[in-house]
Amino acid sequence: MLSPRSLLIRGMLVGLAAGVLAFVFAYLVGESPIDAAIAFEEAHADPAAAGEPALVSRTVQSTVGLLTATLIYGVALGGIFSMAFAAAYGRLGQLGPRATAALVALAGFVVVALVPFLKYPANPPATGSEDTIGRRTSLYFLMLVIALASLALAIYIGRSQVARFGLWNAAIIAAGAFVAVIVVAHVLLPSIEEIPEGFSPIVLWNFRLASLGTQVVVWTALGLGLGAVVERSLRREAVLTASA
Amino acid sequence: MSSISSSATPRPAIQPVAIPWRQLQPWLLFGAVLAIGLLYFVGTEQGVFHLIGGSSVHEFVHDGRHLLGFPCH
Ligand SMILES: [Zn+2]
Repeated sequence: MLSPRSLLIRGMLVGLAAGVLAFVFAYLVGESPIDAAIAFEEAHADPAAAGEPALVSRTVQSTVGLLTATLIYGVALGGIFSMAFAAAYGRLGQLGPRATAALVALAGFVVVALVPFLKYPANPPATGSEDTIGRRTSLYFLMLVIALASLALAIYIGRSQVARFGLWNAAIIAAGAFVAVIVVAHVLLPSIEEIPEGFSPIVLWNFRLASLGTQVVVWTALGLGLGAVVERSLRREAVLTASA
Repeated sequence: MSSISSSATPRPAIQPVAIPWRQLQPWLLFGAVLAIGLLYFVGTEQGVFHLIGGSSVHEFVHDGRHLLGFPCH
């Protein structure tokens, strides 16, 4: 049987690899819209603040800094993802480790990345006011908490309806409940509209696409990576028990 | 949902066995706390809250913070 401890370690190692891939994608696709946004920021900056020396150079920010961020992010998500996998494995009918990991990663992407993004999308530098950072942070995390709570609700509803409607229809009912709660939350929560006048919509679009793409890379790597790692170790274990 | 299948015929596929909740719970909690701690440093340290003075952490992970979708400036 799988041990939670070894799953956590494997999840974090797979997360480290996912972080490397995320860095490669983010560096290649995301840095050019960030540079464009910073150029806009400098062109519209308060002349009094323009003379300030940068604490960390742009080169460091876009390489070692970005890599550090994606690695920590990957390890953190990999750890919690492996625990979600540990909870789901063996509880989804006959689904094996690879299918379970893929399904949990898909759910993770939708709940942790896509749903908050659709309400409060990622923004390039220079597009948010310093004064509203508190409000924007609270709303973003509130949306994330609502998404996680909706997932818990959907799982509860799905499990309670399986006996009556069967697995497929219960899953549809659960997904429908999730979408309904998320739509209501998206309508009720206030929107944030702080993009300054004259900011290129193309830069904004490219940046957001790069951000969403980075999330797709992270979650795909986590799902496929952990599934493959667990499958391999279970097969090895099965061979050992059979030959013992 | 758990099924105890009679293993009269050897199956090529591995039978998925769930980890008992009692064994899983402390690890779930540990994993969640660890993840939140790490994500805090990438995502919000020196934004709304400051555990460390200055803005070196914020500046260092700044590109990642924006690209990973955390609210920033
Ligand atoms: Zn920023």
